Amino acid sequence: MSGPVRIRAGLLTDPGQPVAFSFDGRALRGLHGDTLASALLAGGQRVFGRSFKYHRRRGVVTCGPYEPCALVDVQGPRGREPNLAATTLPLHEGLTAFSQNRWPSLDFDLMEVNDLLGRFLPAGFYYKTFMYPGWAWEKIYEPLIRRAAGLGRLDAVVGTHADPAETVHAHADVLVIGAGAAGLAAATLLGSAGLRVTLCEQDVELGGGTLLDARWNDWRRQAATALPALGVRVLTRTAVLGAYGHGVFGALETLTPEASARLGGLRERLHVLRARRAVIACGASERLIAFPGNDIPGVMLAGGALGYLVRYGVAVGARPVLFTNNDEAYEAAMALQGAGIGCAGIVDVRAASAAAERAQAQGIEVHFASQVRAVQGRAGVESVTVAPRAGGASRVLPCDALLMSGGYTPLTALATQMGGDSHWRPELAAFVAEVPPDVGCLAGAVNGRQGLAASAADGRAAALRLCAELAVNVPTEPDGAEPADAAQSALEAFWEVRAKGKAFVDLQNDVTAADVRLAQREGYEHVEHMKRYTTHGMATDQGRTGGLVGSAVLAEARGEPLATVGVSRPRPYSQPVPFAALAGGEVREHFKPRRRLPLHDWHEQAGATFVSTGLWLRPLVYSRQGGWAPVLEEARAVRTQVGITDVSTLGKIDIQGPDAAQFLDFIYANTFSTLPVGRARYGIMLREDGMMFDDGTTARLAPEHFLVTTTTANATAVLEHLEFQQQANLASLRVLISDVTDQWAQFAIAGPRARDVLAAALPNADLSNEAFPFMAAMPVVLEDLPGRLFRISFSGELAYELAVPAQHALFAWESLLRAGEAFGIRPYGLDALNTLRIEKGHITGAELNGNTSAEDLGFGRMLKKQGDFIGRTLVRRPGMLASDRLQLVGVRAVDPALRLRNGMQLVTHEAPTESLGYVTSSTPAVESPGWLGLALLAGGRSRTGARLTASSAIHGENIEVEIVSPHMVDPENLRVRA
Amino acid sequence: MSPEPIPSPSGSPAPVRSSGRYSLWRLLAEGLRGQQGWRPAWRKPHPRPAYQVVIVGGGGHGLATAFYLAHEFGIRDVAVIERGPLGLGNVGRNTTIVRSNYFQPPNIRFYEYSLKLWEGLEHTLNFNAMVSQRGTLNLFHTEAQRDLFTRRANQMRLLGVDAVAVDRDEVRRLVPLADLDNGRYPVLGGFLQPRGGTVRHDAVAWGYARAASNLGVDIIEHCEVTGIRRDGGRVTGVETTRGFIGAETVCLAVAGSSSRLAAQAGLKLPIESHVLQAFVSEALKPVLDVVLTYGAGHFYVSQSDKGGLVFGGAIDGYNTYGQRGALPMAEEVTAAAVTLLPALARVKVLRQWGGVMDMSMDGSPIISHTPLAGLILNGGWCYGGFKAIPAGGMCTAHLIARDTPHPVAAHLDLERFAAGRTIDERGVGPFPYLH
Amino acid sequence: MLRIPCPWCGERDEIEFRYRGDATRVRPAPDAGLDAFVDYVYERDNPYGWHLEWWLHVGGCRRLLKVVRHTVTHEIRAVSGPQEDPELPPP
Repeated sequence: MSGPVRIRAGLLTDPGQPVAFSFDGRALRGLHGDTLASALLAGGQRVFGRSFKYHRRRGVVTCGPYEPCALVDVQGPRGREPNLAATTLPLHEGLTAFSQNRWPSLDFDLMEVNDLLGRFLPAGFYYKTFMYPGWAWEKIYEPLIRRAAGLGRLDAVVGTHADPAETVHAHADVLVIGAGAAGLAAATLLGSAGLRVTLCEQDVELGGGTLLDARWNDWRRQAATALPALGVRVLTRTAVLGAYGHGVFGALETLTPEASARLGGLRERLHVLRARRAVIACGASERLIAFPGNDIPGVMLAGGALGYLVRYGVAVGARPVLFTNNDEAYEAAMALQGAGIGCAGIVDVRAASAAAERAQAQGIEVHFASQVRAVQGRAGVESVTVAPRAGGASRVLPCDALLMSGGYTPLTALATQMGGDSHWRPELAAFVAEVPPDVGCLAGAVNGRQGLAASAADGRAAALRLCAELAVNVPTEPDGAEPADAAQSALEAFWEVRAKGKAFVDLQNDVTAADVRLAQREGYEHVEHMKRYTTHGMATDQGRTGGLVGSAVLAEARGEPLATVGVSRPRPYSQPVPFAALAGGEVREHFKPRRRLPLHDWHEQAGATFVSTGLWLRPLVYSRQGGWAPVLEEARAVRTQVGITDVSTLGKIDIQGPDAAQFLDFIYANTFSTLPVGRARYGIMLREDGMMFDDGTTARLAPEHFLVTTTTANATAVLEHLEFQQQANLASLRVLISDVTDQWAQFAIAGPRARDVLAAALPNADLSNEAFPFMAAMPVVLEDLPGRLFRISFSGELAYELAVPAQHALFAWESLLRAGEAFGIRPYGLDALNTLRIEKGHITGAELNGNTSAEDLGFGRMLKKQGDFIGRTLVRRPGMLASDRLQLVGVRAVDPALRLRNGMQLVTHEAPTESLGYVTSSTPAVESPGWLGLALLAGGRSRTGARLTASSAIHGENIEVEIVSPHMVDPENLRVRA
Repeated sequence: MSPEPIPSPSGSPAPVRSSGRYSLWRLLAEGLRGQQGWRPAWRKPHPRPAYQVVIVGGGGHGLATAFYLAHEFGIRDVAVIERGPLGLGNVGRNTTIVRSNYFQPPNIRFYEYSLKLWEGLEHTLNFNAMVSQRGTLNLFHTEAQRDLFTRRANQMRLLGVDAVAVDRDEVRRLVPLADLDNGRYPVLGGFLQPRGGTVRHDAVAWGYARAASNLGVDIIEHCEVTGIRRDGGRVTGVETTRGFIGAETVCLAVAGSSSRLAAQAGLKLPIESHVLQAFVSEALKPVLDVVLTYGAGHFYVSQSDKGGLVFGGAIDGYNTYGQRGALPMAEEVTAAAVTLLPALARVKVLRQWGGVMDMSMDGSPIISHTPLAGLILNGGWCYGGFKAIPAGGMCTAHLIARDTPHPVAAHLDLERFAAGRTIDERGVGPFPYLH
Repeated sequence: MLRIPCPWCGERDEIEFRYRGDATRVRPAPDAGLDAFVDYVYERDNPYGWHLEWWLHVGGCRRLLKVVRHTVTHEIRAVSGPQEDPELPPP
């Protein structure tokens, strides 16, 4: 017998529930509770994939989330999902997995040639070659590199709708991260003190290290049972991804396949947790030792081997050897020995140890002061060469698995993200972090504690401290009924065996100790430079198995202590996190809310094509056929008869108070205090830098009551601008600002027959020019519905806007349609509205682009001479007054058969590459053939009458245009005053 | 707006030596002798008491400025001093994109000049920074956006810069993963700059450092500036943690920290510091061949040669010097990613980090004299710092060596704010947190 | 992620608020002149350390707040209404 095999029932596996799955097309069986890795090991599989650069065969290294090698692709509901760690992937019926990074097959991979060429492919080789000829990088070298690199293959068929997703927002007094001995002890005590506690554990079971020590089974079960009764919220399979300050943490909960099926395919939840304090008890991770062949399938971390035995009943080999520098790793060898697996020996770099005495008592041979110099085997370990460290004869130990342990590194990432400093702890040969006291505390192995009992005590101490800080009564001291920790000898820092062959410090990215030394020789001697030059620690395990080892190799090469050299700074996320989980539910069709008009359904039934403008959905044209014809028909109705359009998206801000007029005088560049009640005025708002910010009409409804309208696009920004200015700069003014955009629906009725329509709809209103002239405003009653009528025009025609409470929009709209029937009224959409306003020379966002001044747009004379207003001073800077600034003009295509396009550049015949400006808006003219538009043109107003070329190079079009006044329809404003 | 042609980089780079020339042959030779013959890529000298030019900041712009001073202008009495190890600021923390598709004509000229310098960079430096001109594709989702991009592309074409409009079928061909129809804002089309692409960011810092060092520039790491010494209205050098270093000209190239350094010279700048997050996914076999920008949300992405998807979004939106980002932006960016490229749903994000940027008040950079004679400022790079490195270095070197601005950077002076000549790329006004 | 203690609404996530920049900048008198306005609109201390800044609580009470926040640690030391002058701690 050789290789891994299942020898007994595990803690998590259920022999009564077989599960069928497949790997690289082979049908296999595992048990419920298995991971893919444990099931494959149980079936004797040793090679799981090919490595990143050298395409060497790789097996399982760990039994947890920081697996560098055993990554697989899995056939998901929507296609192939890459890079799943087999070590945490729950086995489920029908699971279909594939090995990665091999061609054509796992056993025979042509890219293995890279391994033989390894001497020519050291770290960073690509920076030194592939430079000639220049074009070849994109055409030859890069495609080759890209194809060879990468790991998993993404091959997804995508559905048409967003998959289910959940983001959970929650609060707690204390967040406990990690449910090992320390975390369980802390959560229990905090919970019994009456605090609101959330406990997150990345594993499928609570317990952490206690899961691997049978003496702790009772203690663990007791704690796990007690927690819910204490009100502790327990989240298993939930990894805390990052610490974001102010007590905010992100955590990823991965659902079981069963839960996922039950919840309609929901795969995971993102928890956003807000806690007053945190107990970080996330433990430590075992690290590898660098020696030649430390990547051959069958070489794995000792703690991983123990995990497979206890959790899944799987022995990772029939004759394992252990290579260690610490006592803790002995547990794996002794447990296997105790399970009837004969250990082929223990190689301890130390001269003696307490654990060794126990192992020897079990009958295991211990090679003291020795090291593994070589590993034989390709598809799996066959033997190891062991030699005394001091030199001397080596021995070859036949074996089929090599368990290694270079010690344990506290998982300090969260602590350092919370602003903690790291300190070197020689007795652990690792860095331990602190956290600022006001964010919480560390407990257990992450805090440098060794042994489960010591960790539990540390967890209790942390909890007691937090109880005091949060001013809650400490419950009666619980008895520490934990099994005692075995006496341990100290570990000896040991990182690397220098011998012939590739000794890996990063198993996934294929970084060797020699690569690290090369980086140092080439001057990349800072740990961050070494990391970036070699890619050490940048793989999916984020350097958790070998990060410190690489630093140690670097430190030795630099001749400096590891404490000085340090490790690269860990960043979020603590585990790889699917895009879908971070993104949550607001994706695809739910990416942004849809803001619907009060009359959305009416527009839809009337055949409207909708367009998204910001969040709004607006009717573009009442036709689904496209093209300009229906648009021009709508516009023509307005020019010749009457049309009605829904302008409810305009921002509407209600301003009231004794100082409202004074407030508006400051906000607007023109004057509003002189506006009589019952009148509206066009206003321009500047930014403080003097550029135009927004425009719109503002009506005075009462002496102390104004209604401001804004452009649709700037509605939110203007509201915030007003609120900011009022509170920051004008706090002494008595003025109230309310956003009433959603409260009022508003319709424009425009065209020569507009007055007739309104007269029919509002028989009691006097709409004569004398009583209700252009720019007048008054309250009206439509049947019994109170509303507001404004005589304002965006189309250039005789026009009114009627505003009614939004909930009565349909009533008002239909009343107007009925009243207008006799006059041929028809609804018009945004396109026609745009056509009409372009002809009239009114501006929208295309011209109001944040880089145009009032002067540029022809409003220079509106700036008031008296009194302060926003933008007043900076608008007088010389650059704002330059004569060659882009100014608003009209353009007309000389040849009526040729079309204008928005974004065409304006040039002269003489200088066809020098842009003088560009077309901002364009449209076919309503009443005559040919195109016209608005443009921003350098010194534009002085060029009226000039002929220029409008050029769209991307369309290959150059057409002659005449520069005209922007007011191309009714420049004398007769129609609006009719 | 003068129609001055965008200059091409000078023809014949001087040979660069001393850490040894890099080539395939040397790589093979070293392979046969255990890679033992390589020397440090850049020297690690002790600071001398004085230099003609001291550049503060060993990032992309500082190193490039030093290189071009030596290489183009023959000024080799130059030190670059860096608080920590070189190249770990924004040059090592960005999303590696290079392009020149800007709205404002002066910005197009400047970034196009930069792109031209990128194009020959590996030969200029004898260092393969993997300039990969795979194309940058900006998607649009509304007609208004299409119009803006049309204007930009036409303006670029007038200036001789490449830009093409692509229809939905072409978008589909270029980005098979994109879902054009089912997002909240369907994709209507795109604009491609074929010469845009990516560059291996760390290699840019290393390549410039090595080439500058080989030309005699002293690169002094772990040397923090603690004060800027002046004599009357003129700068005389910098106080550092390794002693005073005299200089005729001091150049600040410390984007992200410009305000802090300028304060030491008694200057206040039109700059705020903000954090921009970036992310990288696990490595995948090739799935994305262009640099892709979503037009309906904050998301841009490319796939590195190693296979990771490198992506980013917008700044978090409040002043910070913390090189980390908040969760809301990460949620927003990944939501946009899944909306545009739904297949990414099951891909995993590995790492997230933040870079602190100089956000200038108009969203455009600053290469300028300052009120203190002899003090030159290179900063205010906003989102554009990485892609600007070659031109930023060249133009800053020009300003130092010739005392007049380089023609493509003449508009980037500090005076523009008081003069009303701001170059507001997106028209959002003097609100850095909105740029 | 910032949690801003709004005096009126309690502690809330940053996404409820709109940042409005440096609150030490005070709008000059109307006729203070070009330089004063250039300074007000464009020049910033941009401190590495304690920063007095405006936040508008748009997702809550819509009040404008002055917040004392550290630009490196993000610690919030004080929050007040717009007319108060919270003191900046020493750097």
